[in-house]
Amino acid sequence: MTAVVEVSESTRTRGTPLLELRQLAVEYGSLRAVDVVDLEIRTGEIVGLAGESGSGKSTLANAAMQILRPPARIVGGSVLFEGEDLVGKSNEELRRFRWRNVSMVFQSAMNALNPVMRVGDQFVDMMRAHERISKQRALVRAGELLELVGIDRRRIRAYPHELSGGMRQRVIISMALALGPELVIFDEPTTALDVVVQREILQQVDALKHDFGFAVLFITHDLSLLLEFADRIAIMYAGEVVETATAERLAANPQHPYTQGLMRSFPPLSGQRVRLTGIPGSPPDLRDPPSGCRFHPRCPECLPERGELYVRQTSERPLLRETEAGHRVACHLVEEGSR
Amino acid sequence: MSAAAPLEVRHLEKRFPLGSAIRRAQVHAVDDVSFELRPGTVTALVGESGSGKSTVARLLARLYEPSAGSVLFDGGDAARLRRRRDVLRYRSQVQIIFQDPFASLNPVKTIHHHLERPLRIHDIVPASELEERIHDLLQTVGLVPPEEIATKYPHELSGGQRQRVAIARALAVEPKVVLADEPTSMLDVSIRIGILNLMLKLKEERGLAILYVTHDLGSARYVADDILVMYAGQIVERGPIEQVLADPLHPYTRLLLAAVHGERIDQKRGSAAAAVDPGEGCRFVSRCPLAVAVCSEVTPQLVEARPAQAARCHVTAPSTN
Repeated sequence: MTAVVEVSESTRTRGTPLLELRQLAVEYGSLRAVDVVDLEIRTGEIVGLAGESGSGKSTLANAAMQILRPPARIVGGSVLFEGEDLVGKSNEELRRFRWRNVSMVFQSAMNALNPVMRVGDQFVDMMRAHERISKQRALVRAGELLELVGIDRRRIRAYPHELSGGMRQRVIISMALALGPELVIFDEPTTALDVVVQREILQQVDALKHDFGFAVLFITHDLSLLLEFADRIAIMYAGEVVETATAERLAANPQHPYTQGLMRSFPPLSGQRVRLTGIPGSPPDLRDPPSGCRFHPRCPECLPERGELYVRQTSERPLLRETEAGHRVACHLVEEGSR
Repeated sequence: MSAAAPLEVRHLEKRFPLGSAIRRAQVHAVDDVSFELRPGTVTALVGESGSGKSTVARLLARLYEPSAGSVLFDGGDAARLRRRRDVLRYRSQVQIIFQDPFASLNPVKTIHHHLERPLRIHDIVPASELEERIHDLLQTVGLVPPEEIATKYPHELSGGQRQRVAIARALAVEPKVVLADEPTSMLDVSIRIGILNLMLKLKEERGLAILYVTHDLGSARYVADDILVMYAGQIVERGPIEQVLADPLHPYTRLLLAAVHGERIDQKRGSAAAAVDPGEGCRFVSRCPLAVAVCSEVTPQLVEARPAQAARCHVTAPSTN
């Protein structure tokens, strides 16, 4: 192996689905955190998953990575990686699959480093758990990986406390890339960081993606970040995907009232200063989800005077339907064709 | 005391000791900070983590003792209050709201209890009117129906509702100044605007002077009239917010704006964190694209280079003498 990160050419053809979630459902006891979700990530693509806390976005990522812990369990559907279903695979099979095929960077990843171990040794441990490589060789590669994310290679001798939060987060990102995965899942990797550092890390992820061609599943509550950074975006609300489209299309024409509300929740930095309304109310308690469309109690378009439509909004779950190529929305209003 | 400035901060300083007894170092968390909070005005204090912005709020709330400088309020210097009665009086006028609405409420007490306590301690209303006042407060912050909310425990409320309780508690003592330390950063995106709108309403209806501490420039622009930009313990730019964001003077303000506008950042990395035993010179010099020789030798002062807009920069806001 000569390259720092090995790229398997055969899987790098653009457009083939790399990861596919089909009709996925995850429950915590009797609480359904992810309720029948379909999502597809193609090779080399950045897919953004946006939603508020409790919307099920992290649960979805953990299910994709097959790291759900009891009481969470998959109760339906499948997780296909290059066409192979991961649900029901043995721990040993999954262990080989993680890091090598898919790796994950968590929200508080900067605290995931062992505080009493030098950074370089943590790379060595991780690499040697997955392949035969000498310690010397592994350290050299650790240095190269650090340089990739803009950290001096001599820092392999540093302890985590000697690095800033942003640097530690970058260490974790370079670790996630160490075995040349085809997909990297980022679960709110920048929420604990400052704007400037956040921007630098996103630039880096984007540049690395171009160099290595991995796909990215990027999870965040910050929709504005995804609008400029992702190729495609899926919006989650109360355990369901309610809208998915390309970033450009979503920015230009959000169709679900929840997505529209999210767009109105970020005060702009330029232009007229106008009063925003955000979204009234708060996300539902999934132990007792609302009937019908889960967004209906907060929806500005759900009005009793609308008669039959109102009955459907409050009693019937809307299905995710394609309104235009690549743009899917789960909303009775859209089904009605009234927008 | 002039009616226009209920709270005036002058050359405020806070140092924290660091290191061993032999080699004493000091973190200059807040260094030579001066500004004022006026009634009916929201002032945004913006900076990255570690820049000292929360320390400023805590100093004003008298949760920390300042190392130097003064906080002029109501005819006296709040930094020098010693008698318990005076401190209590100051605190009833200057209230703070924290970032975490989960940690700032007592989990085993009802909402009613949280609002009753300040009303009793500061003797705001006679006992016979307690109930009515508690319901008024809940109504003011948009928690309805108040009769029902009052009987609940914090865990029965959402994050946004809890933050509203914290605001109601701060308002209970009828303060003139409210210090809001990142009040929305732990809340879900869709409910943040609600809290910001509540701050605007309190500013307009009650004429409160509000300090809004945040790292989010967009929300700062949404609620604030004036802005203070902090870097490494110092205010590096100050002025009317529209003017500053449209045409910033300080290179750091420009960097922050570039970051949120999604522009590429090619500048050297660095940290906005407070400096340990800083020497002379500008603290931004190592990252600054405009740096000249004098920058690493002389600490720049806040200079009003445009009407009402001041910056600490030898290049963009040179001192005139």
